[in-house]
Amino acid sequence: MTHVTNAVEMRRIVKRFPGVLANDQIDFDLRPGEIHALLGENGAGKSTLMNVLAGLYRPDEGTIRVHGQAVDFHSPRDAIECGIGMVHQHFMLVPSQSVTENILLGLDEPRFLMNLPRYERRVAELAEGFGLRVDPRAKIWQLSVGEQQRVEILKMLYRGASILIMDEPTAVLAPQEIEDLFRTLRGMVAEGKSIVFISHKLGEVMQIANRITVLRKGQVTASGLKPAETTPADLARLMVGRPVLFRIEREAQEPGDVVLSIEGVSADSDKGLPALRNLSLQIRSGEIVGMAGVAGNGQRELAEVISGLRPCTEGRILVNGRVISNQPVRKAIDQGVAHVPEDRKEVGTAPGLSITHNLILKSYRHPPLARGLAVHYPTARQHAQQLKEAYDIMAPSVDTSVRFLSGGNLQRVILAREISAGPQLMIAMQPTRGLDVGAIEGVHRLLLDLRRAGAAILLVSEELDEIASLSDRIVVLYEGQIVGEVRGEMDDAMREQIGLMMTGQYKGQEAGGKGQEAGHDG
Amino acid sequence: MTGEVPVIHRRIPLPFQVRVEARIEEVPRWLPPLISLGAIGLALLIGGIVLAIVGGNPFLTYAHIARASFGSIGVFSDTLVKATPIILTGLACTVAFRMKLWNIGAEGQLFIGAFAASAVVLTPLLPAETPAPLMLTTMAVAGIAAGALWGLVPGILKARLKVNEVVTTLMMNYIAVSWNNFFIYAVWSEGGFQMSRIFPKSAWMPRLADYAGQIPAFRGLTIHLGLLLGIVAAGVLWWVLYRSKWGFEIELAGDNPNAARYAGVPIVRNTVLVMMLSGGLAGLAGMSEIAGVVHRLQGAISPGYGFTGVIVAWLAKLNPLVVVPVSILFGSLILAGREIQPSGIPKLIQGIILFCLISSETLLRYRIRFVRRRQA
Repeated sequence: MTHVTNAVEMRRIVKRFPGVLANDQIDFDLRPGEIHALLGENGAGKSTLMNVLAGLYRPDEGTIRVHGQAVDFHSPRDAIECGIGMVHQHFMLVPSQSVTENILLGLDEPRFLMNLPRYERRVAELAEGFGLRVDPRAKIWQLSVGEQQRVEILKMLYRGASILIMDEPTAVLAPQEIEDLFRTLRGMVAEGKSIVFISHKLGEVMQIANRITVLRKGQVTASGLKPAETTPADLARLMVGRPVLFRIEREAQEPGDVVLSIEGVSADSDKGLPALRNLSLQIRSGEIVGMAGVAGNGQRELAEVISGLRPCTEGRILVNGRVISNQPVRKAIDQGVAHVPEDRKEVGTAPGLSITHNLILKSYRHPPLARGLAVHYPTARQHAQQLKEAYDIMAPSVDTSVRFLSGGNLQRVILAREISAGPQLMIAMQPTRGLDVGAIEGVHRLLLDLRRAGAAILLVSEELDEIASLSDRIVVLYEGQIVGEVRGEMDDAMREQIGLMMTGQYKGQEAGGKGQEAGHDG
Repeated sequence: MTGEVPVIHRRIPLPFQVRVEARIEEVPRWLPPLISLGAIGLALLIGGIVLAIVGGNPFLTYAHIARASFGSIGVFSDTLVKATPIILTGLACTVAFRMKLWNIGAEGQLFIGAFAASAVVLTPLLPAETPAPLMLTTMAVAGIAAGALWGLVPGILKARLKVNEVVTTLMMNYIAVSWNNFFIYAVWSEGGFQMSRIFPKSAWMPRLADYAGQIPAFRGLTIHLGLLLGIVAAGVLWWVLYRSKWGFEIELAGDNPNAARYAGVPIVRNTVLVMMLSGGLAGLAGMSEIAGVVHRLQGAISPGYGFTGVIVAWLAKLNPLVVVPVSILFGSLILAGREIQPSGIPKLIQGIILFCLISSETLLRYRIRFVRRRQA
């Protein structure tokens, strides 16, 4: 094989965010005409690395060469001039404008007179050339998600992109649309484009990539693997990592009565697509059930259905024998359901309010904090002061707005609030995501204390080690269904089994395929 | 490969870069008032320049404004009379804005409140010889209820159907004014004039001047009961917003509706209730104007008190207690404005003040830094 200049060469890229090392000395090469998958869990640094390449972030250290030339991007504009275009997970399109208008948006040409038909022809030709079926005259709001994605791709191609970065492009697509996308991507590579494909879905990556680079916690764990040389199980291991287990003392404990009972629940996602399909699960007092699964398989929807934030279309949920599904949120709170949401800033806290306010977010309605119609703020501050010390919340005072807190401290505020309420049922979503090692251990200890106190706990996490070390049993969620359950010591075989279940390739009976067999253990 | 590649021009590079950075720590307590004062100073400066351009003397003008509104007890009393409806509309906007409900319909709510209070007297719902306390209470209740209704409609549309409340409240202003006009021109017109007959004395709110017999110092003072209503309302609203459970819910929903939902706060109900309270306060302002000042229903009862309320609420940083002094400031602007010019300059200054204040908010969340451009 002769030496070809790489389309992209990133060397020793370092990118820090306050409190987080997002990219730690990462090397990454993209060869011309290949699809290079960047695989990793959420928060592994995939998007950060590609945002650096696309000019959205500037690296703190490291060099980037594009077609052999050293570059220093100050903005996405610089990157697109070098032929690098990124298609983001969230589309940046104007719904009321047409496809062509969206593609022309921000360009210097046309200057004043639009002469749309001329540009529509050009867009149509371009689309034709790459097999991107889309009507240049259609308004964006009329298009399906898959079509909108094609518009985003066209936008980049129109700007002359030869290197295309696709950030989790399949996350929003239906299975059929994924097939179309893959065909398009292969077609583009055949035309000489190079593509970076960001994903955390093993199956897809095996299917589409020429080479695979795996990131974990900001570092490369495998670089340039060929799909033929590896297996989904290997990739899962590289992605999730070898256990760095601190052995946590988890005493044997006989679970008590059933606290949470989910009976055949189905629910829709925000987009109105089925997110949960006939899911059943029971959790007993003093029991931690770990829920493994790739993000976006219904975890968030499940947590929301239990806490009353999302209606379920079928089935029902009981806590201590009382129905809480399709009821006001307060009903669940009053039944002792605590919820540590996945999104700490958008859901879990009110950023403009003080630590005190955020700590009494749910308890302000009842004595001792409430006195008649009033909230007794001296008591609230005292309560907050105690929690601040007990949970080690680092802040100048309890009057500080929580938007100034770091991720770890924000999570402590949420945990302090939810745990101090003495819950019967705790739904902990990604409780340690983005936290440093010490903070993680603290969170784990809190969850175990809660277990000892007799709460039922549903732990949803993408960290398999975390689930393994805390849970009494593990269920695996895939496409809104529980596809399997395992218990006992985590070993390599079990890890592999879970990894396969997570990617829908192991369903007890046979591998592969998106079957629709129903009926799972509860 | 297809087509020619479009050219993207680079912007002209400056030797330095102006960077706007998000503040990552709490601003010190003294900064917000300082920035507000700075904004007002800047607004007066710009206003002064405009005055100078049109040929006025800015210093004399500002001095005249001060004298015409604070120069003596008499004019100060008139200032307070002007401030009274502004306090109430300012409170109306404050409570809605706290929940980030942009009610800019206080003007219409004021008009409809005035209408309903008048209806009590003119229909007549109560005979003219009704004792004043009962008459005035009924009028106040009617005014509040009508204003609340004017807030209820946009409130329900917002809460249930996510209809933008800015548009609905703004449009309902026109409905209220036209509705009033219909009654002034057609139904209650007195001898063809665009105003109703004058109310019987029982529908007049007591003024300080009414007590000049006992206390001579009150002679000629036009301050009426509405001012007391406004100040009491400010105190009560402060307690509701800063101390009550409901106030906590409003603040939470205003800061992060998702978190409010997550905490079990009934957003739909609170949206409707807040809009009703907001409308009710503005409706009370309308009642207070006709029962305290003009004593009849007429067209020109408000030189835009409802819109001034928006500015006042903002300037008071949504604190009901601060609304009172700020309203007095704006009352003085309105009063003095009459002396300078019927409507141009004082309104212009108001506008510039609001513009500067809203812009200055940015400085609380961002700091501006000049950074030398790195050599590429």
